[in-house]
Amino acid sequence: MPSSETPHTVRSYAEELRRLRDMIARMGGLAERQVADSTQALVRRDTELAAEVVTRDGALDQMEREIEQFCVRLLALRQPMAADLRLIVACMKISQDLERIGDYARNAAKRAIVVSSQPLFGSMNGFSRLAVLVQENLKGAIDALVEKDPARADDVWAADEPVDDIYNGIFRELLTFMMEDPRHITAATHLLFVAKNLERIGDHATNIAERVHFAIIGENLPDERPKSDGASYAVIRAPE
Amino acid sequence: MFSTQTNPGHASPAPSGSFGRLEARSGAALNADSAIAVRNLDFVYAAGGPKALKGVNFDLPARQVTGMIGPSGCGKSTLLRVLNRMYSLYPGQIATGEVMMDGKNLLDADTDINELRARIGMVFQKPTPFPMTIYENIAFGVRLHEKLSKRGMDERVEWALTRAAIWGEVKDRLQTNAMGLSGGQQQRLCIARTIAVKPDVILFDEPTSALDPISTLKIEELIDELKRDFTIAIVTHNMQQAARCADQVAFFYLGELIEIAPAAQLFTNPRQAKTQEYITGRFG
Repeated sequence: MPSSETPHTVRSYAEELRRLRDMIARMGGLAERQVADSTQALVRRDTELAAEVVTRDGALDQMEREIEQFCVRLLALRQPMAADLRLIVACMKISQDLERIGDYARNAAKRAIVVSSQPLFGSMNGFSRLAVLVQENLKGAIDALVEKDPARADDVWAADEPVDDIYNGIFRELLTFMMEDPRHITAATHLLFVAKNLERIGDHATNIAERVHFAIIGENLPDERPKSDGASYAVIRAPE
Repeated sequence: MFSTQTNPGHASPAPSGSFGRLEARSGAALNADSAIAVRNLDFVYAAGGPKALKGVNFDLPARQVTGMIGPSGCGKSTLLRVLNRMYSLYPGQIATGEVMMDGKNLLDADTDINELRARIGMVFQKPTPFPMTIYENIAFGVRLHEKLSKRGMDERVEWALTRAAIWGEVKDRLQTNAMGLSGGQQQRLCIARTIAVKPDVILFDEPTSALDPISTLKIEELIDELKRDFTIAIVTHNMQQAARCADQVAFFYLGELIEIAPAAQLFTNPRQAKTQEYITGRFG
């Protein structure tokens, strides 16, 4: 059931729960920025921005630790029940998702540095579109938590398919480039990883949406969600 | 030229691993036989007065612990007083509806109250040992219902004190005054006294609110142990206690039963808004 809007009898406890939501919102904001900047660095071949992303990742790690400590404290001192309990458990797990998203963004940024030292080929449009989509999903999932809006979380949960489609497109395109000219292999391999990182970030965004849905509604979303990631099984046939 | 294809045959099967049904506490399923079935129960403290219980329906499943929670004045203690007809001591108090036990309505006028109280025992908030020896505290009630030999009584006293997890602490001073025991020991003595007459149901009304945390845990452990043989109802203001002890929990508000559910469900995902507000501390 949706969490109650009746104010908590203990004001300091209500304040702590609000603070927990704020912490997740801030961490989510930083994770979004890391995703945006790492892609920007790749598309613009901006190694300085890429280096910034790598450095900033430590802040996400620190935030995850602080959120975890704060949650453990709340569990021990407030003995939360029902919607409050679900919120706290969800926030602990969401902070792990966000930390992981940060790791993927950092890894993408490192690869952006390598890619920018290689000759340019193909278009980066797919990467920009992929990054915009996963960022939107990430923002939607975090907003759903902050605004206690389960419908928004459900939208994000159902919206991962386009991400998978773009990822599949990039995967095929890069394979083709590598077949055409072996000198593309170094950059294309790194780009494959970057695309995979963005796709994984999208998966973590849907994880967050699932946790938000659970925190607000109290029940899990179904196991199966729309998916069209076929790249794992893609095969390229060499010319006869 | 180049063609790409996907091979869905490689799709991994749905995960079959599962830890199975995860229960925080082991115990029989909640749909076990009910020891007591309450139907359409109304209660007033004075004829024509406001209803302290309004149309209450629920079952006490046999050999399980049912926790009753709710703010002061919600009717939970009243309900316990109805279950063992304690209210009959007070003229003017009226219960209507059914409290069915073994096919008989306990509210019927012809119910033998003494026999009923032997079958439905009660433990109160404050330990209430009689001002006599530890041995006599147990034997006193048993004598009212059974004629036992000296040896039979000795065995019964030891059995009750053992089941109440206090035998080891008192076996060498059975003939000393029970008032010399600590609060927690006195409460366990009262539990021993209750089970000595071998009831079917034990009602606990705030059994640990006067006890320190360690004595409280001992009583809770004892309740967990006792539910193998007895059906238990426990009224508590301490929600964590209900969460720790109860198999199912009933939430009362203003004389109505708002929600009754397995403890894990009620405390993680209650169905009713009022329950949610109460257990998360938003009113009451």
